[in-house]
Amino acid sequence: MSHGVPSAAPDTAAVDGATARRRGWGWLLLVPGMLYLGVFFVFPTVQLFLTSLYDPSGNYFTGYTLTWHFANYLDAIRDTWHLFVRSFIYAGITTGVCLLLGYPLAYAIAFKAGRWKNFMLVLVIAPFFTSFLLRTISWHTILADNGPVTDFLRTVHVLPHDGRLLATSVAVIAGLIYNFMPFMTLPLFASLDKVDHRLIEAAGDLYSSPFTGFRKVTLPLSLPGVVSGTLLTFIPACGDYINAEILGTPKQYMVGNRIQAAFLTEHNYPLAATLSLILMVIVVLMVIVYVRRVGTEELL
Amino acid sequence: MATDVQDRTATESRAQPARPPRRNLARWFSDHLVLLIGILVLVYMFVPIGYIFALSFSQPPASATGHTSATGQFESFTWGNWTSICDPEGLCDSVKLSLEVSITATVIATILGTLMAFALVRHSFRGRGVSNLLVFLPMATPEVVMGSSLLAMFVAVGMDSILGFTTIVIAHVLFCLSFVVVTVKARLQGMDSRLEQAAMDLYANEWQTFRLITLPLAMPGIVAAALLSFSLSFDDFIVTNFTAGQSVTFPLYIYGAKLKDFPAQLFVVGTIMFLISFVFVTAGEIYRRRRVRAWS
Repeated sequence: MSHGVPSAAPDTAAVDGATARRRGWGWLLLVPGMLYLGVFFVFPTVQLFLTSLYDPSGNYFTGYTLTWHFANYLDAIRDTWHLFVRSFIYAGITTGVCLLLGYPLAYAIAFKAGRWKNFMLVLVIAPFFTSFLLRTISWHTILADNGPVTDFLRTVHVLPHDGRLLATSVAVIAGLIYNFMPFMTLPLFASLDKVDHRLIEAAGDLYSSPFTGFRKVTLPLSLPGVVSGTLLTFIPACGDYINAEILGTPKQYMVGNRIQAAFLTEHNYPLAATLSLILMVIVVLMVIVYVRRVGTEELL
Repeated sequence: MATDVQDRTATESRAQPARPPRRNLARWFSDHLVLLIGILVLVYMFVPIGYIFALSFSQPPASATGHTSATGQFESFTWGNWTSICDPEGLCDSVKLSLEVSITATVIATILGTLMAFALVRHSFRGRGVSNLLVFLPMATPEVVMGSSLLAMFVAVGMDSILGFTTIVIAHVLFCLSFVVVTVKARLQGMDSRLEQAAMDLYANEWQTFRLITLPLAMPGIVAAALLSFSLSFDDFIVTNFTAGQSVTFPLYIYGAKLKDFPAQLFVVGTIMFLISFVFVTAGEIYRRRRVRAWS
């Protein structure tokens, strides 16, 4: 959708779908929201950009001066590139595993649950309503060195005798996967639920195996859900710092931990702003390339 | 419900005996394997909930320093935590602040976002592409960036002295807004425009059509958007941490408690939140089913 320039001819695309788009004063509805986004999103982002160019020799107490110090970016990248790499690797693995686990779940709810469909959907959303900090803290307890999971894995020799789960990358990624699972499952379900069952049956009638039917019919039709699910998982996972902080150690820290510490503990605003902007630019670029590649422009 | 009917026809066609046995086996396998994986994933999602529930009944062990921390393993059963929810200092105040913040933010975000969704779906004007992009960008911004940019702005315009309720609400409306627009937009795009045309044909004026046809049809989307906003806002930690100043919302309280004593009452509040939302969602579902049955 989203045609930038309205055509003079009646909008033919609107015949199937929404009501014909009306010209006139309807855009006024957009004004309050756009003002809001302008004042509290665009303006702060510009402010963040200016902050990132402050002279780094200033500090919280003496104040900073804007010196267009672009070297901040080079310094930040040189010092923290490993945090960015780690963040994107963690977020990438998280997104992949969430897709692998979330797809069967969404598929089961949409096609196999029958009358239990809505109940299963409620179950997917329900854990979401208990504070995610509490849930992450209880993972900390579950994965602890004297906890049941570590005990079991040691007993079956998956982990060595003194092996740990807590404070490893595995724990941090497991926490990320857990926390962002609903963000993957719900969009997947939404698009799988719309798939017309008759198309799948038609594939079967034309002698395709269930797997081929899935690959050629169901999967392509669920692609919009895959796109929004992966985005809704990947984006927050990149910037998360709670899982690394609770389930990991400084060795597992992600770029979010650094930004948070620079901003709130060290009051090193130029560094925090620089890191934030780098993160934002990388994520937005990745998202745009990805959305273009997969070819669903619906989101934009 | 249309999907139920489809399900039934799908089962009937599956029951036809003409298929060779190997394909039946594959069918059975794919049927039940996917369902089994789905159920296992659900179980995985409920493991921490079970822990929170259990620990809400656990007597927290007193450590040598006299501090108590409830984050350990289950000790011994007690009702004590449930009868003394408000005992830990500031806990109930933080829950109250969280409720106030998320209700305010939800109302504002739902109104602004719904208006925007109507404008974007129903009206054509120059700059729709840019508007769509501007709505999308906050969703593509990691929370840590959004929080730090807001804080950078509040500091720059001298608002850092009033950090608290207002600034938290401003931040929460911001990240809820885009989700509201997207949710309501999806609903509006899926609506059958012929119903509105029919109303107009039957001499309803624009306002009547909107009030009697459009709004009721859009309502499920608006309600879903409001629920989503509420849960995003109530549970938010990262953006709140940047914009709260000295105020303490429930997630901030948990975070603070993690650093020192961790009162078991936090698990009680977590359990209560879970139960309330579960009852609400289930009741809504039962109500919806009844209505569907009454209609058909």
